[in-house]
Amino acid sequence: MSKTQTSRRRFLKKSAAAAGLVAAPPSLALAAEPAAAAAPTRSMLDNNSLESVLYGRRSRFVTTTREVEGRSHYDTPRIRPEPYRPSARTPLAELTGTITPTSLHFTTQHYYGIPDINPAEHTLLVEGMVERPLVFTMAELRRMPFVSRIHFLECVGNRPNPLAATVTGTHGRMGCSEWTGVPLSVLLNEVGLKNGASWVIAEAADRGKHTKSLPLAKALDDVLVAYGQNGEPVRPDHGYPLRLLVPGFEGIYNVKWLKRIKVVDQPYLSFQEHSRFLTPNPKTQRDAYDFGPNSVITQPSGSHELQGHGLHVISGLAWSGAGKVSSVEVSTDGGHTWQEAELAGPVLPKAHTRFHLPWRWNGEEAVLQSRCLDERGQLQPTEDEYARYWGLTRGQLYGTIQSQLGYCNWIQPWKVSADGKVTNGLAPTDVVVDVHG
Amino acid sequence: MGSHRPTWWWTFTGSAGARRAAAVAAVVMLLGAAVHAQEAASPSGLGRPPTAAEERDRIIGPDGEDLPPGSGTSAQGEMVFGRRGCSNCHGPTGSEGPSIQLVGGDVTTRTNYWPIRHWPFAPSIWDYIRRVMPYDRPGVLTDDEAYAVTAYLLYRNGIIGENDVMDAESLRQVEMPRRDDYVMPGEWTPETRRGFENLAPR
Repeated sequence: MSKTQTSRRRFLKKSAAAAGLVAAPPSLALAAEPAAAAAPTRSMLDNNSLESVLYGRRSRFVTTTREVEGRSHYDTPRIRPEPYRPSARTPLAELTGTITPTSLHFTTQHYYGIPDINPAEHTLLVEGMVERPLVFTMAELRRMPFVSRIHFLECVGNRPNPLAATVTGTHGRMGCSEWTGVPLSVLLNEVGLKNGASWVIAEAADRGKHTKSLPLAKALDDVLVAYGQNGEPVRPDHGYPLRLLVPGFEGIYNVKWLKRIKVVDQPYLSFQEHSRFLTPNPKTQRDAYDFGPNSVITQPSGSHELQGHGLHVISGLAWSGAGKVSSVEVSTDGGHTWQEAELAGPVLPKAHTRFHLPWRWNGEEAVLQSRCLDERGQLQPTEDEYARYWGLTRGQLYGTIQSQLGYCNWIQPWKVSADGKVTNGLAPTDVVVDVHG
Repeated sequence: MGSHRPTWWWTFTGSAGARRAAAVAAVVMLLGAAVHAQEAASPSGLGRPPTAAEERDRIIGPDGEDLPPGSGTSAQGEMVFGRRGCSNCHGPTGSEGPSIQLVGGDVTTRTNYWPIRHWPFAPSIWDYIRRVMPYDRPGVLTDDEAYAVTAYLLYRNGIIGENDVMDAESLRQVEMPRRDDYVMPGEWTPETRRGFENLAPR
């Protein structure tokens, strides 16, 4: 530490003490700071408003934001009393580790906007085939036993455009958070299940009363009634003050603004569920619960440019709704050979898992891809294998409404050209992709 | 799967000591003839029974078993459609828009996310209208009005007759034309393998 810094510190200490004597609010002492810190390079303290002290702010050099989605067929044309709030994707290529900052966590809006809920007035009703239907206040839920779990959350339509230029465009409808809340099994124990109960219906407090059927076996397994996300209250975008968190299951199960759980003996196929249970895709309903194995390389990925030959790190995310990721393999030669990547622990069930592999780029064209093997022994398919599984041609695959098809977890290739530019490695198609909102 | 309940939960809901304490408390209450409210208390003692209003606000299942009393016809529904402002968004007869077209429509067009004719269960239509509509004032329709609007939409879509009266019983009997397009979701267990298991190329 230099002498000038040391003496400046002493000066600050002294002036702080002086300020204390005249009982000046701390904000005044801080406000005086920038003037004292005139320096050739801009001081960090220039940004030191009381606001940024009270609620931290990132560097002015960091400008990452979510990526706003275009309007989909869900949104046109419709009368909306409140301003339209678009959905937004997670900027995956800009993130490190496995936790998605809440501000950057994807959000999908189905029809009805975000309710403005006063937690003092919000309640959760648990009713139906139970011994004693009960209404819990938020304060009461906070008095109950809770757990914190790290889980990914993903939209089943998280391949909005497989041919998108960036990984945010191809995979941006997912995030991973630490969720805190009361296990649903605890609440069901509170009300007492009656014989014959086999499903629960969860209802939201938004205008659309989003309603979803969930198998009771899952409800009793690892579902959370969550009020915390990444250490703070769940934000309005994500269901404030209370939401369902159904680990590993499709996004639509994770009912936000949760206000009611009804225990029943059959699925309801509510308005928001209809489309998933259409024939002739019997595979769709079998797969309409937990996500299959998936992975994607986020670095380098579409629109990146490799800076120079030699050492690079291939890094990305792997996850599975079935449990833990067992291994991730990476190919740099278009799938001819595969090598195992290193998993950066902890490897948690139904959570994003970061993988990486050092790679020496010699300046030749390369196709980078990753594939995930989960602890259930399920291997992530190629696009071709995926199409064969559904009995579709590639054109049909791209032309099918995704919500009727299921989860698109085929391997994502990124093509590196000789000049270092990285582009989507999937072959173009004439078919207009029907974006699922 | 591992235990998802915190272990300390059982120290006051599941242990023998807690059960004994609860039993003693129950006996004391019986002796005091204070049985009515307390006999079904939850393990934690938290939560309150729902109010009458909360009980009335139901989610109706596909079988319509919980449908409340009341009734309505398509003629009544047509009047409700205008009076309650349904027509402001859906057009004078439900097919003009600007919002979702309630009469006719095709599932593949982008302006009709889910046409009435494609709904698998008639009671679900009543349920949706009653809980979610009108968009700007959900819940204002009476049960009778919801029956009437349901009758109107079913009639306009050619599913019931013009003079059919919709009530709890008749609505349950309505056969939706696309019911057979749907398969009910299958069973789920934590062990079930799903998808792609036959694909592994190694």
